[in-house]
Amino acid sequence: MSKKVLIADDEANIVTSLEFLMEQCGFDVRVAGNGREALELLQSFRPDLVLLDVMMPEKNGYEVCQAVRADPALADTKIVMLSAKGRDIEVAKGLELGADAYVTKPFSTRELMAKVKEMLGA
Amino acid sequence: MLSPVAIAAISALYLLALFAIAYWADQRADRGRSVIANPFVYSLSLSVYATSWTFYGSVGRAASDGVGFLPIYIGPTLVACLFWVVLRKMVRISKVNRINSIADFIGARYGKSGGLAALVAVIAVIGIVPYISLQLKAVSASFALLAHSERSTPLIVDNALWVALLLAAFAILFGTRHLDASERHEGMVAAIAFESLVKLGAFLAVGVFVTFGLFAGFGDLFARAAADPRTAALLVPFDRVRFSDWTWLVLLSMFAVLLLPRQFQVAVVENVDERHLRHASWMFPAYLFAINVFVLPIALGGLLVFQGTRVDADTFVLALPLAADAPLLALLVFMGGLSAATGMVIVETVALATMISNDLVMPALLRVRALRIAERPDLTGLLLGIRRLAIVFILLLGYAYFRFAGEAYALVAIGLISFAAVAQFAPAMLGALYWKDGTRAGTFAGLGCGFAVWAYTLFLPSLARSGWLPHGFVENGLFGLAWLKPYALFGVSGLDTITHAMMFSMLANAGAYVLVSVFGRAGGAEQAQAVAFVDVFRGDGDAARFWRGETTVTDLRALLARFLGAARADETLAAYAERRGLTMAALAAEPQLVEHVERTLAGAIGAASARVMVASVVKEEAIGLEAVMDILDETSQAIATSKALEEKRRELEAATAELRAANERLQELDRMKDDFVSTVSHELRTPLTSIRALAEILADNPGTPEAKRQRFVGIILKETERLTRLINQMLDLAKIESGRAEWHAEAFDLGELVHEAEGSVDALYREKGVRLETELPEELPAVRADRDRLMQVVLNLLSNAVKFCARDRGVVRVRLMAEADRVRVDVIDNGVGIAPEHHERIFEKFRQVGDTLTDRPQGTGLGLPISRQIVRHLGGELWVESDVGRGATFSFTLPVAATIARSRAKEEA
Repeated sequence: MSKKVLIADDEANIVTSLEFLMEQCGFDVRVAGNGREALELLQSFRPDLVLLDVMMPEKNGYEVCQAVRADPALADTKIVMLSAKGRDIEVAKGLELGADAYVTKPFSTRELMAKVKEMLGA
Repeated sequence: MLSPVAIAAISALYLLALFAIAYWADQRADRGRSVIANPFVYSLSLSVYATSWTFYGSVGRAASDGVGFLPIYIGPTLVACLFWVVLRKMVRISKVNRINSIADFIGARYGKSGGLAALVAVIAVIGIVPYISLQLKAVSASFALLAHSERSTPLIVDNALWVALLLAAFAILFGTRHLDASERHEGMVAAIAFESLVKLGAFLAVGVFVTFGLFAGFGDLFARAAADPRTAALLVPFDRVRFSDWTWLVLLSMFAVLLLPRQFQVAVVENVDERHLRHASWMFPAYLFAINVFVLPIALGGLLVFQGTRVDADTFVLALPLAADAPLLALLVFMGGLSAATGMVIVETVALATMISNDLVMPALLRVRALRIAERPDLTGLLLGIRRLAIVFILLLGYAYFRFAGEAYALVAIGLISFAAVAQFAPAMLGALYWKDGTRAGTFAGLGCGFAVWAYTLFLPSLARSGWLPHGFVENGLFGLAWLKPYALFGVSGLDTITHAMMFSMLANAGAYVLVSVFGRAGGAEQAQAVAFVDVFRGDGDAARFWRGETTVTDLRALLARFLGAARADETLAAYAERRGLTMAALAAEPQLVEHVERTLAGAIGAASARVMVASVVKEEAIGLEAVMDILDETSQAIATSKALEEKRRELEAATAELRAANERLQELDRMKDDFVSTVSHELRTPLTSIRALAEILADNPGTPEAKRQRFVGIILKETERLTRLINQMLDLAKIESGRAEWHAEAFDLGELVHEAEGSVDALYREKGVRLETELPEELPAVRADRDRLMQVVLNLLSNAVKFCARDRGVVRVRLMAEADRVRVDVIDNGVGIAPEHHERIFEKFRQVGDTLTDRPQGTGLGLPISRQIVRHLGGELWVESDVGRGATFSFTLPVAATIARSRAKEEA
């Protein structure tokens, strides 16, 4: 069974690139354009991995991350935070809230893919 | 015709009786049941004013001047009306300051001046000597008359000398048995009150005798007097020349009744209760009236009876009973006269002796260090001894004057010389009571000049008249200068000698006093005393006297004991302790105690000496008003300085608070800057992210289908543009906000510009199928602005409008209007509209409206903020009116060119 990946980001062009990359790996991909959509899809889609942008309207990435970690049903879900905000405090906050990885934009696609594959064990 | 021995014996008995009364009164006083503490006794004691002058001399004067004897009783009567005002003030001041003589009073008032007190004492002694001699004359003459012997006999059997010595003995007995801090002599007062009754009784007796015994009543007497040409003249009351004389005599006696040492003694020093003054106001004049009622009748009677014979009118009161063969009455009269004389002498000499010891001898002895007076443990014996000697000395002086000058004058004339002497104290005394600006120097000058004039116009001539000084200066003036004639200074002649002397001495005295006081400066102590005296009714009596220095209670006690004895010293300290609510053990040598001790001592040895003594015990001098003022100045400066410091502190606090606030603001701005930088970097990184990611994808996946590749490349290119635009706009905005942008103003037609802009966006609108309409008015005033920037604004608004419009259904209207002094442009679209809560947010940097992925407009979020900045810089305003679902109207205004010119002109002005 293929792994499920949820992309949560409000920037269309970034979504395009991420979508391509995930589909390339053969993952099942869903897209959320804001935090609220992301939470809905988390419940319905139950992804194995979430590529989570921080700066999103209607619940930012931190809040989504917190919600995921608060939900025991999603305990196995991996969270990779993506953000243009790369200051130490922000990274630390993300990791504290339970993200498995924090990647700053602009990111290297190769690095990102390597991380994702590793987390999903594919 | 009683024998001299009998008369002497009876007199002695009388005097012993007096002494017994005095002794009894003293005993009662010691037991606390004072005999003299009632207004009757007080008023009677005041009547010591009536001496043998009144008893004998008035009749003598009346016999030559008719009612001319009256003025010296009118004066006291007038003063009696003012008792409650003037005398009470004197009494109050004296009690508060423990003043015990008139020299002490004047000295104390003018800065506790020992020198001044000494001068007053000297003037008093010299001035009173004639007065005392007059008493001696009266007594010896009356004695001689009564005993029918010759008057002028050799010294050894000269009864006047014996009289003098006898009176000295009694004065010593009455007045110097002990030293009292308050200088009161209850026994003496009781004795002289009794004497006043005796003399009044005797005089009334002889008056009644003459009027109703020798004549048939007043009517008969006056009728007969009128009939006789010699006496008729005396019945005319007034006369032109006499009026000025009377005025001066009244004035003179007004001064005398307060300023004679004996009067000061009984009226002020011996006063026990101020309220007695009220009663004395009428009792004293009543007494004077009573004792004068029969003066004129007796005089007229005497003239009528003794006409043709050479009987001295001064002796009528005695001669008439003798002539009428009523020896017992004559004896009574003699007793009366003796009473009058002894009363005066005792009180006067005691008062003078006090002044001599306190203000002349003691200060001199204290100065002679060799005697080491200050170190003697007990000085009471010394003080009393000095006083006793002084009494004897004064009486001997009186006797001397009597021998050498008394023969030539009538009694009244002699008395008036003394009156004129004590009148010299009047300016200083009045100043002491009512004029704060009187100074010590002024008083010295006044007293000096007055006394000199008195001596020259009265005293010395009196000696010359009796042959003891060369006549020359009296008749021809000093050094032969006519204008220096003692009886006619500066050519003013024809006046009564007393009037003349009074005029000039008062002029010199008051003139010098006022002038020197006004043009001089008062020292600190004087000023303090001036206030203390003049304002005695206002304050609580604690004048501005400050002691600064150190001493111990033991030292103060020893000092008190030296002068008052151990017992009284302890009493004084105990009284003080009680008043302050302290125990004896808790007494400390504080300034108030030192002051109390000083005052108490002043009662015994005079204010000036007391000050010296206390100063010797206390390490430092009392500081005067000047020094106090200096201290106050320093203190007030210190207060001012500390106030200034306080203000500075407050200012500092305020400044610190401001700084803190500014710091906080800075920190906030810093945070805002951080946020801004963070946001900006985020905005820049976002397009970079897609560029990089897609570029990598393209590079790593060559097998991607061409359509996808094209799409990705397109995105890359677009994002690059976006990034570039973003960077440019951010820089633009930064330049505009920081004021470093360049503005080129030119006048142009806004309508033209709008047309141009519409041309630019034409493709965009057609692509989306949105209609663009323009509304222009007929006349549009020109605007003066940066054309390119304004183009930027219009383009921004137009492109925004088309973004929010629905495809194919959108309509955008551009409307231009002229309003008052500005031009207005509206860009109206019928798109989705903007909720009111977002109206201001859309003008914030990087904010874009639209939530979902699909609605996300392709903008930088900086367009509107830049537009607004531009419009604002050009003097206008940019805003939006909109609601959800109802489209949006973006409007901006610009000032008209003329307005711009005007406002710019204002700015440059």
